[in-house]
Amino acid sequence: MEDIKKRIRIIKFLDYIFAIAGLLSTLVGLVLLFTLLIDLFIDGAPRLGYKFMTSFPSRFPEEAGILSAWVGTFLVMLVTAGAAVPLGIAAGIYLEEYAKKNWLTNIVEINISNLAGVPSIVYGLLALGLFVYFFNFGESILTGGLALALLILPIVIMATREAIRSIPNSIREASYALGATKWQTVQSHIIPYSTGGILTGIIIGLSRAIGETAPIITVGALTFIAFLPSSPITSEFPFISFKWLMDPFTVMPIQMFNWVSRPQAGFHVNAAAAGIILMVMTLLMNGLAIYIRYRFRKKIKW
Amino acid sequence: MYFRSKRNLIKKIKEGAIETTLFLSAVSSVFITISIVVVLSYESFGFFKEIPIIEFLTGTQWTPLFAEPKFGILPLVAGTLLITFIALMVALPLGLTGAIYLSEYAPHRFRETVKPILELLEAVPTVVYGYFALLFLTPILQKFIPDLPGFNALAPGIIIGIMIIPYVSSVSEDAMKAVPMHIREGSYAMGATRFQTAIKVIIPSAFSGIAAAFIMGISRAIGETMVVAIAAGMMPNFTANPLEPIQTLTSYIVQVSLGDVPHGTIEYKTIFVAGITLFLMTLILNIIGFWLRKRIREAY
Repeated sequence: MEDIKKRIRIIKFLDYIFAIAGLLSTLVGLVLLFTLLIDLFIDGAPRLGYKFMTSFPSRFPEEAGILSAWVGTFLVMLVTAGAAVPLGIAAGIYLEEYAKKNWLTNIVEINISNLAGVPSIVYGLLALGLFVYFFNFGESILTGGLALALLILPIVIMATREAIRSIPNSIREASYALGATKWQTVQSHIIPYSTGGILTGIIIGLSRAIGETAPIITVGALTFIAFLPSSPITSEFPFISFKWLMDPFTVMPIQMFNWVSRPQAGFHVNAAAAGIILMVMTLLMNGLAIYIRYRFRKKIKW
Repeated sequence: MYFRSKRNLIKKIKEGAIETTLFLSAVSSVFITISIVVVLSYESFGFFKEIPIIEFLTGTQWTPLFAEPKFGILPLVAGTLLITFIALMVALPLGLTGAIYLSEYAPHRFRETVKPILELLEAVPTVVYGYFALLFLTPILQKFIPDLPGFNALAPGIIIGIMIIPYVSSVSEDAMKAVPMHIREGSYAMGATRFQTAIKVIIPSAFSGIAAAFIMGISRAIGETMVVAIAAGMMPNFTANPLEPIQTLTSYIVQVSLGDVPHGTIEYKTIFVAGITLFLMTLILNIIGFWLRKRIREAY
């Protein structure tokens, strides 16, 4: 009897120890993350300011700024969103509403799942061979934007599919019962109800694209540019120009990479400051995505 | 009657056109994969016309940019595998233990608050992780390991491990949550503690999911570029010692892309050859992972 009681005590003790170990394991990642973020903030805060945001890079760390970098990021994101959003949503709608359960659909699904796991630098190599040289787009904003669009396409497709999947079938059946065609159902019911989830996916995809460095380096973004790409808005008719698509450029993560790689400590401060701005952008976008998902979930009551 | 069927015809054509457009969008993903394979193979083919494949696969020196170039891929593969190994040493224990805690022990509210914050670990841009590896972790490690060089494999390995914890943790946890409640209850009814249930009942049942998490973690670590490019140095090094600088398949591609390499030269082709090696490694891992995750959903 005593032997059994002792064994039970030991087993319960192990259970308790493991609970502590599990709790610590969960928290270790969080604690580390916060430590790193605080370190980044301490390192980079001195350099933040209006001057930093509006100067070009320079040989002197105190003079260097991220103007060309964040303008480049903004323009590249325009291209990325313009390419990935329509293509991704259309593909997601097809796979959820129209596709039949045959071998072709299976191949497409395996494909998308695989593309989600391809290392980002391979997308850079694809863009280098295909867009820079084969299509002759050169080392331009267009190439960079398209490379990132291909990278986040699986994210947009999967988010669209999840959003559409959560719509109960009764809605679809009611629509067909009234005589609507498939497209009418999609247009009037499926798309409005899934907009929240789709938007969330797009924002998460874009926040991922903002931080991606490897594919952009591979397509040849420059790391020291002291000029801005041509403006999309011109002062003469027709007021919109597309010349900026073919201009050389740089983006924020590349600027940070360039500064971190230099031996002088002054540039490390700049790198930290650029990192803070990148983190703020990423956190804001992820927060926005979560907020949109929450708001849409509240509005819709099945 | 005639008027109504003409309107129906227009409707049918419109529906068909829309369906075709949507179909082409879906199939574009297949074209992307085909393009990747074509681009990588085309340049690699050109490479293997000049360099025999035996030298490529078995050579232990990788110096394509030197005056006397050597083209053995093994140092880069060794670097990639070393980083991956260190990362998994960090991510697997922490991720799995954390997943068991979240799935079997934690109260519901704890899980709901902690999971989104853990996902934040994934959202941090990799350059920022590279900054930490070089300027925060390496100095700290140098206090414990006096001879540690500024560029080494240990710091980026640890950072990549931290980065993929949420990956490993969430896939494992999904697998464990998919085990039906009645199996757990049967175990508790026999008097087992949560720890015994987790180790002897849940983990064996969820094994394919946990293996999938393992595989996804490896694939993610293999493809990681910026952390290694910033903190591991750019020296191809055929070694298993984490205290030395190394170069991986990914950071080699970055190194060449940063420089001035004209289109069509053998150096240009080397980045595609490194790329195809990388792509094949992750393709095989991803397919195994996909198949394993499908099994979780089908098993119950």
